[in-house]
Amino acid sequence: MSEIRYTKDHEWVRLEGDVATVGISNHAQEALGDVVFVELPEPGRAVEEGEACAVVESVKAASDIYAPVAGKVIEVNHTLVDEPGTVNADPTEAGWFFKLSGVEFESFAALMDEDEYAEFLESEAE
Amino acid sequence: MSDTLKTTPLDGLHRALGARMVPFAGYAMPVQYDLTGELAARCRGGVLAEHLHCRAKAALFDVSHMGQALLAGPGAAAALESLVPGDIAGLKPGRQRYTLLTSEAGGILDDLMVANLGDDHLALVVNAACKDADFAHIAASMPAGVRLMVQPDRGLLALQGPMAAAVLARLSPGVDKMSFMAVASVPVAGIECLISRSGYTGEDGYEISVSARQTEDLARLLLAEPEVAPAGLGARDSLRLEAGLCLYGHDIDTTTNPVEAALTWTISKRRKMEWNFPGAAAIRAALHDGPARLRVGILPDGRAPAREGTEIVDAAGAMIGHVTSGGFGPSLNAPLAMGYVRADLAADGTPVFLMVRGKPLPARVAPMPFVPHNYVR
Repeated sequence: MSEIRYTKDHEWVRLEGDVATVGISNHAQEALGDVVFVELPEPGRAVEEGEACAVVESVKAASDIYAPVAGKVIEVNHTLVDEPGTVNADPTEAGWFFKLSGVEFESFAALMDEDEYAEFLESEAE
Repeated sequence: MSDTLKTTPLDGLHRALGARMVPFAGYAMPVQYDLTGELAARCRGGVLAEHLHCRAKAALFDVSHMGQALLAGPGAAAALESLVPGDIAGLKPGRQRYTLLTSEAGGILDDLMVANLGDDHLALVVNAACKDADFAHIAASMPAGVRLMVQPDRGLLALQGPMAAAVLARLSPGVDKMSFMAVASVPVAGIECLISRSGYTGEDGYEISVSARQTEDLARLLLAEPEVAPAGLGARDSLRLEAGLCLYGHDIDTTTNPVEAALTWTISKRRKMEWNFPGAAAIRAALHDGPARLRVGILPDGRAPAREGTEIVDAAGAMIGHVTSGGFGPSLNAPLAMGYVRADLAADGTPVFLMVRGKPLPARVAPMPFVPHNYVR
C-alpha cells in the first residue's frame, strides 16, 4: 500500500505516480458523526491546493473538503452519493472522495505523515 | 470556557456514558453519545442511531437545563392569562397545555408548558435560553398573593418512544393509563416525581421532573431497563424537526407572531373573544388580514440538506423566504426543513427552490409533521 499523508484540515492523500486519492481521516469522520450527504467535484475540474471542492454533511452540520494538493479531478467516488455512511465505515479505503492527476510529489511530501498527524491531533486536543 | 458553563445533575453520568458535551444555552449538554458495553449493544450511539432508537424503543434525554417553576396562589391561572393567549383558567387539574408568552408587539417571547397541579398551583416549563427573562417577566406581572417559585433544584428527564409507557409503568404502575398531556405526582421506583405524558419528539412518552439530588438515581434506573438508551441534543433536534415542532430562537422568536408561525391553535376560543393578552391587537390584525408569510414544512427533491438561514426562492429566482430549521431526518431518510414563505406560496406541494452553496435546488412545500405523531390517545 502506498504511503498516506494528512492535512491540518483532516484530509488524507495517497499518491500513486502523479495521481492523488483524497478522503477524510478517521479522526474527521468521528468528529463529524454520521455522514448523510456528500457533494463531489465535477470530473475535469482543476483545483488549487486548499481550494474547497467537496462537501460532507452530518445530521447536524455541513463541512467543506479542501484539495490537499493542486491537480485535476479525474475520478469521484459515486458510492458516497448513495451510501454516504461509507465515509464513517471505512474512511481511508472505500470512503475515498476523489482522485487528482498531475500532482507534484513535492506538494504531497510537504504534508504530514502518519506520525506527524498523530502529534498534530494530540496538540489539537490540548 | 467549560468552567463558565453550568452543569445539569447528570453531568457526571453523561461523561461516564461517553457523551460528547457541547455548550448549549449556557449549559454543558450531551449532543450525542459514544456508547460502550451493554448500552452499545442496545444502541450504536451517534445522532442517527439515537434518533432511530427513540422511534423504535425508548430514549432517555436530559432536559434539566430547561426552566422549571411553580406559580401558586389564588387566581394564579387568571394571572398567567394576562401574559399568554392560551386557556389557562379552563385547564383542568391534572392537565397540561402548550402556550406562548407573547410580547406587546404580538411576537413570541417564549413557548412553554403549563400544568394545573390543583389547589391554585401551576407548574411551568420554559426554554433554557429564555428562563431568566421569562421568570423575571412573569414574576413582575403577578398580582399580590400569586407567587412564582423558580425551581433550580429540580432535574428534568424525558423518556420518549413507543416503549416508554411499558418501561415507566414497571417502575410506577398505572402511568401507562395516563392520557396525552396528563400530569401526575407519583413515585417512580420510590422517588417522588412530577410526570407529564408529553414530549418533544412526536413519540409517546413522558417528561419527568425530579429533585436534582435524585435525578441521577432515576436516570440510572431508567437506563437499567433493556429498552432504554440515552440520546443527546442532536437526536432531540432531528426528532422534533421530523415531528414539525418549533424550536424557540429558530422557528419562532420575538419577530414572529403566532398566526404566521401556524400556532393560531394555541389561542383559545374564549381568548379570541376577550383579546386581553399581550400583543392581542397585532395578532388580531394578523388573523383578520391574513399573515404576510407562513411557517411551512419543506422537502428538498434531492439529497442535499438545506440548513437554517438558507434562502428560499421562486422559479424566477425572487426571494420568498428563509429556512429556520433544516437538516436530515433519520426516520424520513431524507433531508427536510422548516421555514417561512410568502403566504400565497405556502400551499402544500408548491414548488420552491433552496439556495444551497449558490445553486437553486428544487423542493416542495410539504405538510407537517413529516413523520406521523405517535401520541397516546
